[in-house]
Amino acid sequence: MTEQAQPRKTVCGLGHSVKRKEDDRFLRGQGNYVDDVDLPRMLHMAILRSPMAHARIKSIDAEAAKAVPGVVAVVTGADLAAHNLAWMPTLSGDTQAVFATDKVRFQGQEVAAVVAEDPYVAYDALDLIDVDYDMLEAVVDPFKAMAAGAPLIRDEKEGQKDNSVYHWEAGDKDATERAFAAADKVVKLKTHYPRCHPSPLETCGCVADVNAGTGKVKIYMTSQAPHAHRTLFALVAGLPEQNIQIISPDIGGGFGNKVPIYPGYVAATAASLLIGRPVKWIESRSENLISTGFARDYHMEGELALKNDGQMLGLRVRLVSDQGAFFADAQPSKFRAGLFHIVTGSYDLPAAHVVADGVYTNKAPGGVAYRCSFRVTEASYLIERLVQNAAYELDMDPAELRLRNFIRPEQFPYKSATGFVYDSGDYHTALKLALEKVGYEDLKREKEAGRAAGKLIGVGIASFTEVVGAGPAKDYDIVGLKMFDSAELRVHPTGKAILKIGVQTQGQGHETTFAQIVAGELGIPPEDVLVQHGDTDNTPYGLGTYASRSTPTAGAATAVISRKLREKARKIAAHVLEADAADLEWDVDRFQVKGVPGKACTIQEIAFAAYTNPPPGEEAGLEGVHYYDPPNMTYPFGSYVVVVEVDEGTGAWKVRRMVAVDDCGVRINPMIVEGQIHGGLTEGYGIAAMQLITFDDDGNCIGSTFMDYLLPTAWETPKFETFATVTPSPHHPIGAKGVGESATVGSPAAYVNAVVDALAHLGVRNVEMPVTSAKVWEAIRQARAT
Amino acid sequence: MYPPKFDYVAPRSLDEALEVLAEHGSDAKLLAGGQSLIPLLKLRFAAPAVLVDLNRLTGLDGFRESVTHLHVGALTRHADAERSPLLAARYPLMAAAAPVISDPLVRNMGTVGGSLAHADPAGDWGAVMLAADAEVVARSRDGERTIAVRDFFRGLLETALEPTEILTEVRVPRPRGRSGGAYLKLERKVGDFATVGVAVQLELDDGRIGRAGIGLTAVGAVNVRAAAAEEHLAGAEPTAEAFAEAARLAAAAAEPSSDVRGSAEYKRDVVRVYVERGLERALALARA
Amino acid sequence: MQVTIKVNGREESAEVEPRRLLVHFLREDLRLTGTHVGCDTSGCGACTVLVDGTPVKSCTMLAVMADGREVTTVEGLVKNGQLHPIQQGFKEEHGLQCGFCTPGMMLVAKALLEAEADPSEEQIRWAISGNVCRCTGYQNIVKSVQWAAKKLAENA
Repeated sequence: MTEQAQPRKTVCGLGHSVKRKEDDRFLRGQGNYVDDVDLPRMLHMAILRSPMAHARIKSIDAEAAKAVPGVVAVVTGADLAAHNLAWMPTLSGDTQAVFATDKVRFQGQEVAAVVAEDPYVAYDALDLIDVDYDMLEAVVDPFKAMAAGAPLIRDEKEGQKDNSVYHWEAGDKDATERAFAAADKVVKLKTHYPRCHPSPLETCGCVADVNAGTGKVKIYMTSQAPHAHRTLFALVAGLPEQNIQIISPDIGGGFGNKVPIYPGYVAATAASLLIGRPVKWIESRSENLISTGFARDYHMEGELALKNDGQMLGLRVRLVSDQGAFFADAQPSKFRAGLFHIVTGSYDLPAAHVVADGVYTNKAPGGVAYRCSFRVTEASYLIERLVQNAAYELDMDPAELRLRNFIRPEQFPYKSATGFVYDSGDYHTALKLALEKVGYEDLKREKEAGRAAGKLIGVGIASFTEVVGAGPAKDYDIVGLKMFDSAELRVHPTGKAILKIGVQTQGQGHETTFAQIVAGELGIPPEDVLVQHGDTDNTPYGLGTYASRSTPTAGAATAVISRKLREKARKIAAHVLEADAADLEWDVDRFQVKGVPGKACTIQEIAFAAYTNPPPGEEAGLEGVHYYDPPNMTYPFGSYVVVVEVDEGTGAWKVRRMVAVDDCGVRINPMIVEGQIHGGLTEGYGIAAMQLITFDDDGNCIGSTFMDYLLPTAWETPKFETFATVTPSPHHPIGAKGVGESATVGSPAAYVNAVVDALAHLGVRNVEMPVTSAKVWEAIRQARAT
Repeated sequence: MYPPKFDYVAPRSLDEALEVLAEHGSDAKLLAGGQSLIPLLKLRFAAPAVLVDLNRLTGLDGFRESVTHLHVGALTRHADAERSPLLAARYPLMAAAAPVISDPLVRNMGTVGGSLAHADPAGDWGAVMLAADAEVVARSRDGERTIAVRDFFRGLLETALEPTEILTEVRVPRPRGRSGGAYLKLERKVGDFATVGVAVQLELDDGRIGRAGIGLTAVGAVNVRAAAAEEHLAGAEPTAEAFAEAARLAAAAAEPSSDVRGSAEYKRDVVRVYVERGLERALALARA
Repeated sequence: MQVTIKVNGREESAEVEPRRLLVHFLREDLRLTGTHVGCDTSGCGACTVLVDGTPVKSCTMLAVMADGREVTTVEGLVKNGQLHPIQQGFKEEHGLQCGFCTPGMMLVAKALLEAEADPSEEQIRWAISGNVCRCTGYQNIVKSVQWAAKKLAENA
């Protein structure tokens, strides 16, 4: 019991830029990434991949490979098939080959594997495996894949007669047609959001340790969703779930790349099971780029209907999604095109209709990845490009057109034309702040003056609304698993705590930010709260970290359980202080008797009492677990303004300024939020300027190494000026929204709008991503010729 | 990611190295900086029987000026060129090119001689040495010869070197009269191969152009010498018209391929733009 | 082949195949796993170490090439259990998120600050242009190096 008021240090809860607790091990080179795991008697697996995009497998001869000293086993599709493991379910209800048996369906597809004492030996042996392929016609264009007579890619699928994966619609077709009928202007844009790849710096991999003696299946895995993966392993491999332990140790970047289950994980586990020793599989960068979950590849046709005064009436979108050879999107099962139907964006659009078709092609599977919030990247890009072009068509300032149509603060919660209920927002303030910070009016003058002098300056705006925090049980599940998340909090007698969460950081700083949530509710300093995640034996069930869901779900769970513990703490304090529980009030880190300064019980004293002096009738201890079902998604938003200068001689463009205003509600750790924004703005720049995975007509992948798939360096990457507004989420326990993906979602359109803006006076209305100098040069040349 | 097996020898003297080459010929591959060779080994695109590591040899690096030439040791690292006060002062073309070769880490290991001997048409030194009208010195166990750089590049990744020869030195003629140089490189990002690279050297003779050298990167199967453009400028007044015409001729001499970096037509036009800008920059330096 | 390499001040001898990459020697043979592998075409810099004080890609160097030379890895930055000012700078200025590129970045920064005590933003960005980061957008890495430059100047 605290008799006198003790001098109180500031408890760094919400809003403090606490330095990261997890940094020390990384700074010392003591991070524990999957490739750092070294188990006794561990073997190394290397995967043989198909050089062809579409071919029948006639035979596989592995005898020479098996004979290489140091090789322990060679595994083929036939070997896996004998254990019913040649095929596995995907996260989208399709099936995917683990190792190809009948035919290969994309270049880079897994065909066989060598398990050896040393990776050098494994690759030597890999060279000696002889596969006899019968080449088939490959189809890489989704429109050709949809056309009659196209080669059937999924001929093994019962009832599959063509290359169609799904047809899906959202919104109101009739209302939208009426809106278009009333329009003065219809602005159209046909654009391809190209295939790119999240490419975290650490590739995917695992160490699978199936121990016949203990019955334990321990898998160290680059996983953004360890619990879901454990359950899937149990279902797919028929292994008892209580014996499976997935450990996601330190992850070197995820960005959605580490959500799917890849054939390598299954094969390594099967190999460990068959051989009886741990098996490590770490993919190379080429394997990562050619076979793991790519991102985007949406062919979109958008139409925006407006009145001459700029009022938006309706939006129509027709899209074709290139899904690759297997439908393996990691997204809520109810939505075939993810959350693309957020495409009305920040605007009060009364009518919208989206028609989406997914198609198989002879390419790697994937689509939902690279910080996309389940396809919000595609949607946000389309609407912000349409709005920019609409401004040109109406001869209106692009900022003015946006301000005219933004959803107004008093309209929240706002029900969109496609069924989303936006929780809160203040789009006008964010855009106006961005315009002020960039000096918009001066820029417009500079742009005009520049044109007279032959200088091409462009200003691009993007005002995005995100939808993150999947998600409410009634609408959101992945392979049937509801998308709640969890937090288990235990306070020790000495007042320190341990928090176990169901999400999995890959650099987002959860070990610090989640401790700050506890600090904000219970007054335990963040340095006294140990945050644990990633080990499924040791943490409550969660759906993992992707689509910016951690703070909205597990963060909420953490706040809720902290509050539950605080209620128990009240009872303990009342007992210790011999006061009435109703007479106590909470003050940062202690319960205070109302009107009696100095008569207080700190959380540390309460914790001690929980074990040494619990109230009669109360259980000892101070702990609990909460599974949080979010009532809604959260809707972070922002406005970005990019200023570029284009060199007409070469088409090269440079970002002169990049102003970003983000609103993610209450910010737990501003320093960490800003870091997330910097990273996203850089990814957005890379996507806008240089990132592309493409294929030739035979299905050969161009973009499977860093020589072709380009990541921006510190030299090209612009300098960012970041600002924030705070519009709390009314339904989130601490008013926070997700933020990890906002900048990747919102910025590509800002960059591209800027380049288009620099050329708009020449009549240019579009340059396709990646906006290379060659494309800019071509656009200028064509514009000047007409 | 994992190189295949090979035998390895690290000779301590040039003679020892030449002896190994004489014995193994084209079964051997020379290892200098390794920034081109080791990636090829890791992708298993190369599988030499023997790797001859030249990094223990001394006296084959550095810059030395004689009366007529700048002598560049073949094992000079790109980073040494980047940092050289001598190059900054008197060889502006080389000083402009060195910093934009690949990335800083590669520049710490890669060598001038290695780059030339590798003969990737996207190599920057090749264009520079063509513009500088340099020559290389090739040693074998049986002797030594010099090869003009304009005769050195035979085809894609192919030079005039015999499998038993080691390139030991590059000799760059000291520019005559007032001179300047420039290297312009368009790349998608640091570390990418050039989309287009242009090397320009101008030597003035009493106000007129005495000699012009123009070398091109990444626009052909080899580094290209824009000979017609050079001839057009030799003896001419350094006017905007002369530069524009030279630029057009240089663009015509280029043989770019269409690829993800751009169409052939695009690359040709960038050659034209860069030659014009390069000549202006070189002229400004020459007159300074 | 027998190689002897001084790693973080300690002589390490081993029998290695000539084809063994330096990064594998460090990670697997010496169990110094702070140096990372991020790609297979020498394009990312995650494997950066210092060889005789110079930053190089250890995935593009054979272990035998480092015979008789001195190698510094990230594990060699800590002195007497204390973080090097560069490590402190990365923590102070939030210069890391997932941590995978960080060892390489810090070693490049170390070499830079030894050559240039007060580098400009441009010089820093130039120096790290061979090291890819996917998380930070480089802005806080620049600030981290600037923080370290100031700290080293204070300590001097």
